[in-house]
Amino acid sequence: MIYEGYIKVLYIDMTTGKIKIENRKDLCEYLGGVGVATKLLEETIRPDLDPLDENQPIVFAIGAASSIFPVITKTVAMFRSPLTGELGESYAGGRMALTMFLAGYDAMVIQGKAKKPSYLAITRNNVGFKDARAFWGMSSDEVGRVIRDREPGGGKRSIIRIGPAGENMVHYASVCVDTYRHFGRLGLGAVFGSKNLKAISIVGDRNLPIKNFKEYFKVYQDIYKKVTDTEIMAKYHDAGTPINIEPLNAAGGLPTKNLKQNVFEHGDKISGETFANQNLVRKMACTGCPVGCIHIGQFRREFDKGHEYEAVSVGYDYELIFALGSFLGIKTSDEVLQLIEPVEHLGMDAMSTGVVLGWATEAFAKKLITEEQTLVPLSFGNTANYIKAIEYIAAKKNEFYTALSEGVEKASDIYGGKDFAMAFSKNEMAGYHTGYGMILGSTVGARHSHLCNGGYSVDQSMKEFNKEKLVDAIFAEEKERCMLNSLVICLFARKVYDRTTILAALNSIGNNLTDEDLTAIGERIYKAKLRIKKALGYDQMSVRLPKRLFETPSYNGQLNEDTAYELIAMYNQKIEEFMAK
Amino acid sequence: MNKCIGCFTCMLTCSGVNRQNHSLSKSAIRVKTSGGLQGKFISVVCLACRDERACAEACPSGALEKRPGGGVMLKPEKCIGCRKCESACIVSAVSYDENENKPIICKHCGVCTRFCPHDCLRMEDVTNDL
Repeated sequence: MIYEGYIKVLYIDMTTGKIKIENRKDLCEYLGGVGVATKLLEETIRPDLDPLDENQPIVFAIGAASSIFPVITKTVAMFRSPLTGELGESYAGGRMALTMFLAGYDAMVIQGKAKKPSYLAITRNNVGFKDARAFWGMSSDEVGRVIRDREPGGGKRSIIRIGPAGENMVHYASVCVDTYRHFGRLGLGAVFGSKNLKAISIVGDRNLPIKNFKEYFKVYQDIYKKVTDTEIMAKYHDAGTPINIEPLNAAGGLPTKNLKQNVFEHGDKISGETFANQNLVRKMACTGCPVGCIHIGQFRREFDKGHEYEAVSVGYDYELIFALGSFLGIKTSDEVLQLIEPVEHLGMDAMSTGVVLGWATEAFAKKLITEEQTLVPLSFGNTANYIKAIEYIAAKKNEFYTALSEGVEKASDIYGGKDFAMAFSKNEMAGYHTGYGMILGSTVGARHSHLCNGGYSVDQSMKEFNKEKLVDAIFAEEKERCMLNSLVICLFARKVYDRTTILAALNSIGNNLTDEDLTAIGERIYKAKLRIKKALGYDQMSVRLPKRLFETPSYNGQLNEDTAYELIAMYNQKIEEFMAK
Repeated sequence: MNKCIGCFTCMLTCSGVNRQNHSLSKSAIRVKTSGGLQGKFISVVCLACRDERACAEACPSGALEKRPGGGVMLKPEKCIGCRKCESACIVSAVSYDENENKPIICKHCGVCTRFCPHDCLRMEDVTNDL
């Protein structure tokens, strides 16, 4: 808690409807965010029980300087992932961090299961356990609208919620935060569903005087200036993250048609430039971020005969255009938005959904599965049938779609086609076929996300491939991001928040840490994550890589399977030494 | 305001500079959406009424003095916390500080315009109306 020497944790028991507050001094050595959340997860997780057992916890945490400096906007969620069975960690922006901060909580731990569908209404002086029976079955959009009408605090409120996919416990169901941001990856939405928890509304409106205004505001202004003067303003605000579609496609790094190709022949039709020219209607920001990278696109839909049209607005980003665009051979920006819309409303992770459907399309073509199972014929570029398939996954329509709802690893266990089931340790791939950095980074990353250590970025910046250097770079970045994520700084601003800037910010609010402290915090957090993974039975050396990665050339040319496994073994050696220290 | 991204930096800096507070609730400018996050952003801020100032007219204790060029200045020592100014402002630009028991009156200091990253807010030169 800012200005206090402890971390304030709100424990919520859905079974009994009781809460508990603990002011934990001991958690300060984890700083906040992912550090505090990892420790709380380690204390409460149940390795002996299924990820969707009601006794598993959901942990949320914000950082030591959340919301009071520019671009420190994210909240971290940790849980046992139903998709991978191991460490679940996901980040979302929106207004959640600010509302937690001004409601007065650094972290929340939610355990148990409500008897009936419920939602939580959290304010600075109350936690309400409320009836959500009539909300069950509503889209994430609709439930946001009704709660907005029911709960006070507009403007200082965050509403996080699940759609039908979360209720049905699709293993990669997402949690929507304030309409346009998400805890997307690894299935937090399913964990909500397993607790009969449809939504959480948080109102943050406490009075919080600034302790040392002069010092604080000096640092605030420096950081604000740095953020608004750097190229991230232009890059992420202008055309946004989709600007990367064009260069990655040109360099042969854009996974296309279930990675049968690394270049999409219609790439220009779904580029950031095309979206900006044809669909973009609005840009928005998370609270406290001057950049504003959220891009909203619009398409027109005829919803009935007799010239009945509506304008539909949906948020879009690079990863969504990859997963529900190039990966499925979708040829126009309008159609990509048409696919994003149901994924959004049903509440699923867009990346996992796209990658799962890519596998299903190829498996269908190879006759591993039939139309009796898929219900509609799946083929690359067929938007109308993909929309149906997305609805079938969320509803677990039949045995086949139930398998799809558990991820591509599970589906290929049953139906075959492992060589083109594009996941790293059961987590569906992100939109970068850039080289060994991406493969190694996603495989060894604590949560198997491309963002654990930015391996895809090392691929694009490393001049000459060198195994030791790659392993070292990924190991260093994984630890550094543990530290950055303990503050929960948006990673788009990672270059603004160098060590000096972080220390200036923390020192100005009376948190007198040193550079060595930051290093120690990063290492402490990484070790705790590795301990949890071990307790959950994760073994790096038994990881399987899909052969497709080595058949289709990458951004860095043809890749060799043996080299990839060798890199994983080298990294494994490195963390064994690290843990023994 | 079409360029507004809803980052709330104006509110955070207004609360910070004018009230030395981290809370959004202390800001004299309020950015909000009309109809949830799918609606447009609008800003609610003192319009600096000239000639006739409804808030000052409603004040029973003379705590709101006319500000040259438009708007009013709060004399906190004269304010009794009756909240009549709040309801008199028909654009809802006066909010109330529950901790101080005083209205939050915009000083037209311009800090919000300095920290608007997308130039939605700006200061304008006006003539003295008094």
